[in-house]
Amino acid sequence: METVNYQINGNFDEMFNPDGACRQHYNSFLSLVKKTSPKKMSQLQFSANKTQIAMGMTFNVYHDNQGTEKILHLDIVPRIIPNSEWKLLEAGLKQRIHALNLFLQDIYNERKILKDGIVPEDLILKSKDYLEPCIGLTPPKGIWCHITGTDLVRDKNGEYYILEDNLRCPSGVSYMLESREIIKRAYPELFNSMGVMPVSDYPAKLLKMLQFLSNKEKPIVGVLTPGIYNSAYFEHSYLALQMGVELVSGIDLVTKNNKVYMQTTKGLQQIDVLYRRIDDTFMDPMAFNPDSMLGVPGIFEAYKAGNIAFANAPGTGVADDKAVYAYVPRIIKYYLNEEPILNNVPTYLCREEDDRKYVLENIHNLVVKETNAAGGYGMLIGPKADAAEHEKFRNLIRNNPNNYIAQPTLSLSTVPTLTEDGLEGRHVDLRPYILYGEEIEVIPGALTRVALKKGSLVVNSSQGGGSKDTWVLYN
Amino acid sequence: MLSRVANSIYWLGRYLERAENYARFIDVNINLSMDLPPDMNEQWEPLVLATGDHELFVKKNLKFDRKNVIHFLTFDSDNLNSIISSITFARENARIIRENLTKETWEKLNELYHFVQKKSTKKEWKAEDLREFFESVKNQVLLLYGLAESTVARTEGWHFRQLGMYLERADKTSRILDVKYHIILPSPTMIGTPLDFLHWTALLKSVTAFNTYRRIYGNIDSSNVVEFLVLNKYFPRSMFFCLVEAEKCLQKITGEGASGYRNSAEKAMGELRSKLEFDDVSDVINSGLHEYLDDMQLKINKISNEIDQNFFQIKHNFVSQINEQ
Repeated sequence: METVNYQINGNFDEMFNPDGACRQHYNSFLSLVKKTSPKKMSQLQFSANKTQIAMGMTFNVYHDNQGTEKILHLDIVPRIIPNSEWKLLEAGLKQRIHALNLFLQDIYNERKILKDGIVPEDLILKSKDYLEPCIGLTPPKGIWCHITGTDLVRDKNGEYYILEDNLRCPSGVSYMLESREIIKRAYPELFNSMGVMPVSDYPAKLLKMLQFLSNKEKPIVGVLTPGIYNSAYFEHSYLALQMGVELVSGIDLVTKNNKVYMQTTKGLQQIDVLYRRIDDTFMDPMAFNPDSMLGVPGIFEAYKAGNIAFANAPGTGVADDKAVYAYVPRIIKYYLNEEPILNNVPTYLCREEDDRKYVLENIHNLVVKETNAAGGYGMLIGPKADAAEHEKFRNLIRNNPNNYIAQPTLSLSTVPTLTEDGLEGRHVDLRPYILYGEEIEVIPGALTRVALKKGSLVVNSSQGGGSKDTWVLYN
Repeated sequence: MLSRVANSIYWLGRYLERAENYARFIDVNINLSMDLPPDMNEQWEPLVLATGDHELFVKKNLKFDRKNVIHFLTFDSDNLNSIISSITFARENARIIRENLTKETWEKLNELYHFVQKKSTKKEWKAEDLREFFESVKNQVLLLYGLAESTVARTEGWHFRQLGMYLERADKTSRILDVKYHIILPSPTMIGTPLDFLHWTALLKSVTAFNTYRRIYGNIDSSNVVEFLVLNKYFPRSMFFCLVEAEKCLQKITGEGASGYRNSAEKAMGELRSKLEFDDVSDVINSGLHEYLDDMQLKINKISNEIDQNFFQIKHNFVSQINEQ
């Protein structure tokens, strides 16, 4: 397959330099592509997708028992990251998670950072994600965010930026693991020669981290799922299977004397650690949302009594609010006395007068986001919106400035992707996974999400996004 | 093992076996119709009567012909016992407990599901020889059994799955036998005629019992067939064999030891097993074959309910359980 017609279009491309020459870390891959016929490439792509269906690597979009299950399209061209780049990402992510964890412990306890005026008090204390029942609590081993899936993007110059911190039950790690297995089958010889760092020990590391949270010698660990209709159910059961632990849902658990038990065929068995994949406020109808059907009444009391550990700890959501995000560089400096290694996307806080003035004047060039909405809701993409929409958002901002932030539009980097017309550049982001147990560890791999539509910057699976296997090289 | 998980594994066992047996049911009639003399009408209603789906079929206001009955028992998702429903439920149960299954088991079951789904939407299924399809369903279920046999650890989950499978099989063998009761001979004087003989042969073939039967009994004789399918100690589809195996599973689940019974499920199971152990074929015939089988089916249902109460629904008395600990 030839790549001479590959268009870079002024983007930062992960495989090709602006002059069209292949970047060094992609050389082996390129020579393989050149040896492979377009027909063979399509076959590889076809069998990759077929394997995904056979594995049941699906996410749900259904309510009846015969509805559709979709696969997250896996493109067979990998995203490759050289080790030098990875070292930087690794150091930056460790630093950030370290600081965010100290931040969470502080705002639920002493509130020094608020008293010192580094982060506005009302931004935290009035946030709906600041959970009253967690005030004064220190989670087991003092860890709040055990599992993080940080989103990063690269701009036109190839500079990495943190886009979102995702401190509450980030999903997608099963795709990272299963995609690797599929892609290994597609290019066995490349894996032998290129030196790709393995990700397959993630479940073992995850289990070790979860066990670390209990003081028992052999703690019983479980994955708590909202159930089969949750879109990430595949991942919940996959992780339980890989770790060899029970997958439990709310109906399997009962509490008594501030202890949590699983109902088994032999009676009740105490459980010590839960990797919970349900929202904080749905965990316990007695402590939080009384309407929750998914939760376990009394489980929060058991948590307070120290009889069960949760990963992630309830209450972490407040730190990945979009307005708090803007303060993270200052948070890092405050707690660690270090300069941030990885940059934030420049963010204008409409709550601050100068920033607000700038946003109102330049709204046509900016992306405006509601601070506590997720998944692309309540968002304005300035360059793509018309004057009426600009005006609508100007009013929204004037009426409730605390609720909005704005960022310049970023151009995401591209990776060659197999399309009907051969290899074309498509925009990607990057989601590495970080575990915080005995120490902080960044898994050498990631979920790379790719916008399959030409020119699109939206990588979400619900809107035509796919994924790529992500190779971190030993060298 | 979590009660919910045990429940799903038990039903996974039942639904797979159900799907396989429905494929066998339909095979009885297809086999039969091919051997019928040209002046005889095919009878499709007995099949629906024996499976216990008669009420729904009548409600749907359909004619009891080949096409309707095959569709109803195979591809109709309104019929919760049809092959497509059973496979779908088996897969849903497997999905809920996927972390408890081997990767191959899940993948093969998933394939079977997609296979049946795809076939059901094909307009031309009516035109095709469906025997190949039924053969394939049977084979795929047997492949799953083989996979389990050689890869699954003999722990609690295995026993729950086998328990479900054997109970379902006992029920279905009784129903397959019951088909014969519902098939009407043109006149009572035809008992023992070649036509009667054809019916029994088709029935034995559908449960892969024909050759074994021949070797043991030689000639086809109604009371021998009944004895073979209800009371035989060695044939793995006879009701007695299934109940003996099911009882062993239940004992493994509760734990080795003690004679007698330790819970109401074991009690119901033991009672039914010993009834079959001490009945002979004249007891069966004298109570009326259909009535006897009907009673068996009710008792199997009762056992299933007791299993549910003892192992899956313990939430209701959890407080007393905690106090014991």
